[in-house]
Amino acid sequence: MFDIVSFIPRAVMQGIPLLFGSTGEILTEKSGNLNLGIPGVMYVGAISGVIGSFFYEQSMGGAPLNGFLAIAIPMVCSLLGSLLMGLLYCFLTVTLRANQNVTGLAMTTFGVGFGNFFGGSLIKLAGSDVPSVALPATSAFFSKHLPFAGNLGWFGKVFLDYGFLAYLAVIIALLCSYVLNRTRAGLHLRSVGESPATADAAGINVTRHKYLATCIGSMIAGLGGLYYVMDYACGVWSNNAFGDRGWLAIALVIFTIWRPNISILASILFGGLYILYLYIPTGTHMEVKELYKMLPYVITLVVLIIVSLRKKRENQPPASLGLSYFREDR
Amino acid sequence: MNKKSLFYLAKRDALPWHKTWLIRGVAIVLALIFCSLITMLLTGLNPVQVFSTIFYGAFGTARKTWVTAQNLAILLGISLAITPAFKMRFWNIGAEGQVLIGCLACAACMITLEGKVSSGLMVVISLAASLLAGAVWGFLPAFFKANWETNETLFTLMMNYIATQLAAYFIIVWEVPKGSGKIGIINQSSEAGWLPVIGGQKYLLLILVVAVLTGLMFIYLQYSKHGYEIAVVGESHRTASYAGIKVNRVIIRTMVLSGAICGLVGFLLVSGTEHTLTTTLVGGRGFTAVMVSWLAKFNPIGMIFTSLLLVFLQRGATEISSVFGLNHSFADILTGIILFFIIGSDFFTNYEIHYQRSGKEGK
Repeated sequence: MFDIVSFIPRAVMQGIPLLFGSTGEILTEKSGNLNLGIPGVMYVGAISGVIGSFFYEQSMGGAPLNGFLAIAIPMVCSLLGSLLMGLLYCFLTVTLRANQNVTGLAMTTFGVGFGNFFGGSLIKLAGSDVPSVALPATSAFFSKHLPFAGNLGWFGKVFLDYGFLAYLAVIIALLCSYVLNRTRAGLHLRSVGESPATADAAGINVTRHKYLATCIGSMIAGLGGLYYVMDYACGVWSNNAFGDRGWLAIALVIFTIWRPNISILASILFGGLYILYLYIPTGTHMEVKELYKMLPYVITLVVLIIVSLRKKRENQPPASLGLSYFREDR
Repeated sequence: MNKKSLFYLAKRDALPWHKTWLIRGVAIVLALIFCSLITMLLTGLNPVQVFSTIFYGAFGTARKTWVTAQNLAILLGISLAITPAFKMRFWNIGAEGQVLIGCLACAACMITLEGKVSSGLMVVISLAASLLAGAVWGFLPAFFKANWETNETLFTLMMNYIATQLAAYFIIVWEVPKGSGKIGIINQSSEAGWLPVIGGQKYLLLILVVAVLTGLMFIYLQYSKHGYEIAVVGESHRTASYAGIKVNRVIIRTMVLSGAICGLVGFLLVSGTEHTLTTTLVGGRGFTAVMVSWLAKFNPIGMIFTSLLLVFLQRGATEISSVFGLNHSFADILTGIILFFIIGSDFFTNYEIHYQRSGKEGK
C-alpha cells in the first residue's frame, strides 16, 4: 500500500535543496542573469560548509562541540564560498560582459570539480587520519528537530520533523516572493531584468542590482548544498552524491514560472517525483523505475511548452534574460 | 550620474585576428601560471615539474598520445556538431543528450540484430539509426523554438535527462548478466557491428572521420549558402526574413543537422571505440563542447586548438592527481580556471578602456 505518511517527509527532504536552489536562481534570473552555474554553486556551498566543520571537529579532537559554533562555522563558510562564486559570475558577465551561458557552464565545471576534489582529497591535504569525511556530530545539530514532533502522530511527522534549514528555506522563499512582488526594491530589480536600458534611464543602478541579486541568489542556492550534506546525507560527503539536483533546481524555475512562493510546493512535488520510483511496486521489472525517474524532466518540458504556447505576458521569462547590458549599445 | 569616473568604456571595432589571438595567448599564459601556482601549493612540485608531469600525462607514451588523440577527436566532433546551431545563436546545451541517444540507438541495433544480419550491414543500420536518433533529439527543441519561441536552452537541458533515463532503462533491459546493472562489452566474441580497425590502431578511423568532418564543417559554414543563411539568422531574425530567408526552416534544418552529427559521434563512440553503453559515456563533454566552440569563435579550425588545450589539460591534470593520490576532479578545477581567464580576456578584445582626464567634462 502507498504509505503517504512516510512518503511526504521524504519528498520534503528531497525538495528542500531544490527549493533553496530554485529560489536563488529565480532571484538571479529576475535581474536578467541566467546563471547556469547554480549546480556548481551548490557544490561549492556544500563543500565549503563541510571544510569549515571538518576543521572545527578536528580541532576539538573528539570533545563535545559547541552548538552555536557547530552551526555558525559551516553556515558562514558555505555562504562565503557561494558568495565568491556569485561574485565571480557577476565580475565576468556584468563587469566584463562575457557570455552568460558559457560563463555559467564553466562555473558548473569548476564548482562540481571543486566539490569533488576537496571532498576526495580533504583528508590527505589536511594530513589527518580519519577514514572518510563524515561529520555526524555537526550533522546532529543541523538535523535537530522539535522534541515533541514524534508524539504528534502523522501531523508531527509531516510538518514538524525537519531540521531548521528546511524551515529557513520556506521562509526565504516567502520573503523573496514578497520582496519581488510587493516592494520598491523588487520592482526595481524586475525592471532591470525586463529592460535594463529603461531602468538605467529611470536612474536605477543596473550593475548594483545585478550584482546584489546574483550574489544573494548564489548564497541562497549554496545553502541548498549545505542542507543536503549536513541534514539529508547526515554529514557524510560522497563524491557526486548531490547529482543533478542543481539542474533540477533550474528546471523548477521554469516549472514555477519565476515564482518563489509556488516553488515551495513545486519543490516538494519534484522531490516526490524524484523518489517516487521507490514507492511504486514494479515487481520484477526493475527497469521501469528508471522511467519514473524521468518524470520531473518530462513534466518541466511540458510546462515549458505550455507556457510558450499560451504566451501570457505575466508568465514569460524576464525579457533581457541571458543578455549583458552595455549602456552605449544601441 | 554626477560622479565622474576615471575610465570609460567604448566598444571596439572587430580586431584583426592576430591581435585577438595575442590577447587570448596572454590570458592562457596567465591562466597556466595561476594553475601551476595552485598545483605547487597542493603538491609541492616546482613549476617545471608541474608542466613536465602534465606533458607526460598527455603525450608521455605512445599509448597516452593515442588516448589523448581519441579524447580530442570525440570532443572536437561534438563541438563541430553544435557549432552551426551556436552560430545561429541557438543555445543548444543538449549535445550531451543528443550524443547519448545516438549511442543508445547504435547499441540497440548491435544488440537486437546480433546474429540476424552480417556485421557490415549491422554497421550501416546502426549508423543510420544513430543519425536519426540524434536528429530527432535536435528537431524537437528546434520545432518548438521556431514555431512558439520556446526557450531552447532549457528545452535541450531537459532533453539531456530524458536521454539519460532512456539509456538507463534500456541498460537494465539488456543487462548482462541479469542483475548486474551493466551491459558489458557488446558482441564481444563475434565483434558484430564493430567498426573495423585500420592501420593497426584502434582509434585511427575515429580520428580520420573527425578530421574530415572538421574540413567539411569549415566549408559548410564558410562557403555554402546554408552557412551564409545561418550567419544571417544569427545576426538578426528580422534581417533574415527581410532578405527572404525562411527563418523557421533554417532553424529546424540546422538543428536537425546538428543533432545528426551528435548522433554520428555517439555511433563512433559505441561502434568504434567503447563497444558498450553506460549513462556516463558522454561524461559531460556535451557541455565542454559548448565552451570549445565558443572559445574558438565558432571557427572549426580554431576549435582544433581549443579542444586540444582542454584535452591536454584534462589528461595532464589526471596524471598529476594519480601520481599524488589526489582526486581526479583536479582536472575540472584547472579547466575551470583556464576558461575563466579566456572568458574574461574577451572583454579586452571587445571593448577598449579610455582614461578620462579630470579636467574634461564627463557625460
